[in-house]
Amino acid sequence: MTSIASRKYRWRTPSVLPGFGLTFGFSLAWLSLIVLIPLSTLFLKSAGMGWHAFLEVGFSPRALAAYRLSFGTAAAAALVNAVFGLLVAWVLVRYRFPGKGVVGALVDLPFALPTAVAGIALTALYAPSGWVGQYLDPLGIKVAFTATGITVALVFIGLPFVVRSVEPVLADLGKDVEEASATLGANRFQTFFRVIFPAILPALFTGAAMAFARGVGEYGSVIFISGNMPGKTEIAPLLIVTQLEQYAYDGATAIAMVMMLISFAVLFALNALQSARRRRLGA
Amino acid sequence: MTQRSVGTESRATQIVLILLALAFLAFFLLLPLIAVFSEALKQGIAPFLDAVSNPDALAAIRLTLFIAAISVPLNLVFGITASWAITKFSFPGKNLLLTLIDLPLSVSPVVSGLIFVLLFGAQGLLGPWLAAHGLKIIFAVPGIVLATVFITFPFVARELIPLMMEQGKDDEEAAVSLGANGWQTFWHVTLPNIRWGLLYGVLLCNARAMGEFGAVSVVSGHIRGETNTMPLHVEILYNEYDFVGAFAVASLLAALALVTLVLKTVLEWRFDLHSGARH
Repeated sequence: MTSIASRKYRWRTPSVLPGFGLTFGFSLAWLSLIVLIPLSTLFLKSAGMGWHAFLEVGFSPRALAAYRLSFGTAAAAALVNAVFGLLVAWVLVRYRFPGKGVVGALVDLPFALPTAVAGIALTALYAPSGWVGQYLDPLGIKVAFTATGITVALVFIGLPFVVRSVEPVLADLGKDVEEASATLGANRFQTFFRVIFPAILPALFTGAAMAFARGVGEYGSVIFISGNMPGKTEIAPLLIVTQLEQYAYDGATAIAMVMMLISFAVLFALNALQSARRRRLGA
Repeated sequence: MTQRSVGTESRATQIVLILLALAFLAFFLLLPLIAVFSEALKQGIAPFLDAVSNPDALAAIRLTLFIAAISVPLNLVFGITASWAITKFSFPGKNLLLTLIDLPLSVSPVVSGLIFVLLFGAQGLLGPWLAAHGLKIIFAVPGIVLATVFITFPFVARELIPLMMEQGKDDEEAAVSLGANGWQTFWHVTLPNIRWGLLYGVLLCNARAMGEFGAVSVVSGHIRGETNTMPLHVEILYNEYDFVGAFAVASLLAALALVTLVLKTVLEWRFDLHSGARH
């Protein structure tokens, strides 16, 4: 019996359950139709432009300034979220306090609140006459219509990625290792930085990387607070929209392509770094 | 848990950390939320009601509901079929398939809109053919639907796949060996097992479908009363300095977000759907 089965190559492991052909076929067809074919037009269009034209519009001074701003503010926001996201996750997992359930639910607000709503709300807060802005303005701190404002919006958008990534790992972390560490004479700081922190670092990394990736492409929450000055506060996604509005499809395509390639490269590098680290630790 | 052990901070440290975390959340999450409602009602209830019952606003609300009513069921069907194929069978290339399903999450919303313009726009690949046949996708409702489906593509599948993976296929195999056909197995065995997870996915999918801005903004053309969704209407009013109007429409979207959060939390508590990193 086994010899008959082994003679014939089977792509999938046999199963008594029905419906593989239908569900797999439909999923693949729908995936191709909605995601793969439309995305491939971006590559097709870029390839059709020729190197010279692609480099010229994809790396114009204005585009370079936009990449710097988008990637810079996304990195800054990811860093802020790594610190405060970890703090929020820690407090939610480890401590008990009144209203904890509501606070835990509120963390997901940026996932549920439409980005345009977040954008105008943050602008209303941080504009020089806004609730927060009126106190910062006399101190010479400008938030709205500067890179700081963009970072504030990206902190809002990215926070739940870090919290939701760290939370389950922190909850699963056994108390026994911490107790062992304490028994061996470590103080609480040493235990945190030598025992707990290394264990949650990969999750923290993943969360921050997701927040970063989201921040680079973010549009709705940023364009209201950013001021949109070409070369100064113009993020890369906005530059794509501007190009489209001027019917400069080549420009829009080239910038979109460069943005996507940089994002993928950064995410790939972060992943590689993380798996190299994991290998070194032998985990 | 209540007993203080060696592995716990002093209560003073705890309180400081809790207050720090709460201050951060209040500042970055709660304050913007309050600002939306407060700005909407700044000049009292009458201007708010005027703004919300304005014909353009009503058209935007109708369009947003219509877009969600099409795109959410499409992704629901895809989510179920994809999870069935992925979790009930083993085949090579499964990880690649999972990565491809997640792809829309790592594409900027603006780029998500752009690809449909490149495909169906007047100068796009299929533009001339569409024009010759009198079909309009870009700057029309079909384009908005396509962009929304793209953006929300992974939402239902991502909730179902881990859940169905965890549940395994023993129940289904038992049903089939007792003579149930595929549809009966799904309807009577699988669906009752996954319904809350499914609802959870639909909830998140719907919130994003109604709130999507970047992708929809690129393909919509912003025609008032025709291709203007609620988030786009917020932008138009805001750019016209009609702040009360903008925040009034925005407050409806914020209320939708709050309802989503409440339902989501209830589902997590009642049905023990773990809220891990799922986005």
